[in-house]
Amino acid sequence: MAFRDLIRERFFPHIWCPGCGHGTVLNSLLHVVDKMGLDPTSMCMVSGIGCSARISGYVNFHTMHTMHGRALPCATGIKLAKPQLNMIVPMGDGDAMAIGGNHFIHACRRNIDMTAIVLNNRIYGMTGGQYSPLSGRGVLATTAPYRSIDDDFDAVALAQGAGATFVARTTAFHVKELSKILTKAIQHKGFSVVEVMVQCPTYFGRKNKMGGAVQLLEYYRDNTAPLGSKKLEENQNLIPRGIFVERERPEYCEEYQNVIALAEGKE
Amino acid sequence: MSATQQDVRFVQGNEACVRGALYAGLRFFAGYPITPSTEIAEHLAENLPKVGGTFVQMEDEIASMCAVCGASLAGSKSMTATSGPGFSLKQEAIGYAAMAEIPCVVVDVQRAGPSTGLATKVAQADVNQARWGTHGEHSIVTLTASTVQDMFAVTVEAFNIAEAYRTPVILLFDEVMGHMRERLVIPPAGELPVTERLRTAVKPGVNYHPYLPREDGRLPMSDYGDIHRYHVTGLYHDIWGFPTEQPEQVNKLVHHLVDKIEGRVHELARWKEFYLEDAENVLISYGSAARSARHLVETRRQKGHRVGLLELQTIWPFPKDLVREKTANAKNVFVVEMNMGQVMAQVKQAVDNPDHVYLVNRVDGTLVTPTDIGNVMRVIEGKGV
Ligand SMILES: Cc1ncc(C[n+]2csc(CCOP(=O)(O)OP(=O)(O)O)c2C)c(N)n1
Ligand code: SF4
Ligand SMILES: [Mg+2]
Repeated sequence: MAFRDLIRERFFPHIWCPGCGHGTVLNSLLHVVDKMGLDPTSMCMVSGIGCSARISGYVNFHTMHTMHGRALPCATGIKLAKPQLNMIVPMGDGDAMAIGGNHFIHACRRNIDMTAIVLNNRIYGMTGGQYSPLSGRGVLATTAPYRSIDDDFDAVALAQGAGATFVARTTAFHVKELSKILTKAIQHKGFSVVEVMVQCPTYFGRKNKMGGAVQLLEYYRDNTAPLGSKKLEENQNLIPRGIFVERERPEYCEEYQNVIALAEGKE
Repeated sequence: MSATQQDVRFVQGNEACVRGALYAGLRFFAGYPITPSTEIAEHLAENLPKVGGTFVQMEDEIASMCAVCGASLAGSKSMTATSGPGFSLKQEAIGYAAMAEIPCVVVDVQRAGPSTGLATKVAQADVNQARWGTHGEHSIVTLTASTVQDMFAVTVEAFNIAEAYRTPVILLFDEVMGHMRERLVIPPAGELPVTERLRTAVKPGVNYHPYLPREDGRLPMSDYGDIHRYHVTGLYHDIWGFPTEQPEQVNKLVHHLVDKIEGRVHELARWKEFYLEDAENVLISYGSAARSARHLVETRRQKGHRVGLLELQTIWPFPKDLVREKTANAKNVFVVEMNMGQVMAQVKQAVDNPDHVYLVNRVDGTLVTPTDIGNVMRVIEGKGV
């Protein structure tokens, strides 16, 4: 498959700011799909609303750019109607965890086969820098001018608690790891959650005086560590990266096939 | 069942709706339980898998409506059902379906609102919500029914209209209609027309434009998963389905969304009429209220009164010309409905003499009765109560 067939050149240039981390995720995802040899007509991407959600316009898959927070239930409808589709659902941190939080935990619970990617820049990028449920205490945002008093969700723990069968975290700095994790997430049968810590230099970086894209990427390099690493063991303040959950549980569409078999048997 | 044997049942209106949906080819239902619509979900949970279709109970009505949008784009005829509180939650994705032109059917079995209101009591106060519940300029189709048999038939119609015009269609039923039992004759397959989705004939390798109308104005679809890959968005979009802010394109799309429905008022009008030819007093009603209106008309006709009934099965787009025409010779027009005059306001705009349009209503959670109608008529006729 020609790499160019995976993108919609007609719709470029993209809308993201220079140095935005969302592009890194797009790039990694395209390489993964290419490397896995997935047929683009088997690929369906569903996104919500936000800077991150615009990713669905650029990939040459079946794409649905939905409503803020509603990517997962829209994707659930598609997947149930066409279980053979490979579903990729990129979401912003606000998209996935605030307005879409209820949909998120229920998608985890159902274990429907799709790959949810949480592009976590700890800010509402599209609306100009308000705090999100992943911003965390102490963050500066346009709606937290005196610093946020809200504690954040741990997206990984939330996904795990809600029953997702594949849960991982990485960052836009660790691009090789990102591609490896995305590959595994797509291969996994069931609901996969990949949190990618991405930089929003325009709002998060500037508001919090953390610098531009490079400084934010260095922050991810210096403040995270792989699961099971010595570095992590020695410094509990680091954010762990890697695959936290990888397990088997009946997949929802397959389970529904059993319902159909039972119902047909009753006739 | 042999071919000659009729499929006759004694069922609730909600089940007739389910039978109509299955007759029309429903293959996907997503819902969230709410009285008085729940039986629709329950019957579909049992019957959809029997035909290889999918039933899913989502986490809320927002999710249900979203799942319906997704499943429809993936090629399944799709529906959801709810009542007032859930109808409010569905509005966001109903707007999405209107904007992205996704065929789907939304059933609202009305109960008394606002808010939780009266969970088990009848009302017809979601008429304007059906039309304007979601934000932004758009149009929408809304159908009603006053018998269990008609609930079956208008449900089939709803799917046909949704598919033909790529629009959400609202089935505005009410608690009395949803729960009452009546005889239902299910016609053999093929007897009622069923509109199949128009799919594109564009060959593989040739660009498919999801929002480029054919010569006849229709927009052929392509299922997600088929050869053509394209973009769908709730933003203003061009023929590729890609976002645009170009004023001419935005303007064109607004007009398209409105005109494709408002320009077809005559085509979309469904109604029933009783004794209108020489009627001096014309009742206009719909849904369960129309049953009381019909009853009053029948009993008064027996006494020789010149009274008739126009039952509107299409409420949106409002059939203005039809209403004007059917009331042209009437001295008085009585709109019978269970709200504060939502259809009456439309009737007043339609008729030549709005001063002679009167409201007969009930907003106490009980069915408006023939006596209620008779009482108002006597006052207007100067006969006292
Ligand atoms: C129902 C609704 N509420 C609010 C908005 C406004 N809005 C658009 S994007 C967004 C947040 C975006 O933040 P996030 O999901 O983190 O994505 P990012 O832009 O950071 O990638 C908000 C609040 C909306 N479009 N719809
Ligand atoms: S505002 Fe932030 S998230 Fe949005 S494109 Fe710019 S850098 Fe990226
Ligand atoms: Mg964000």
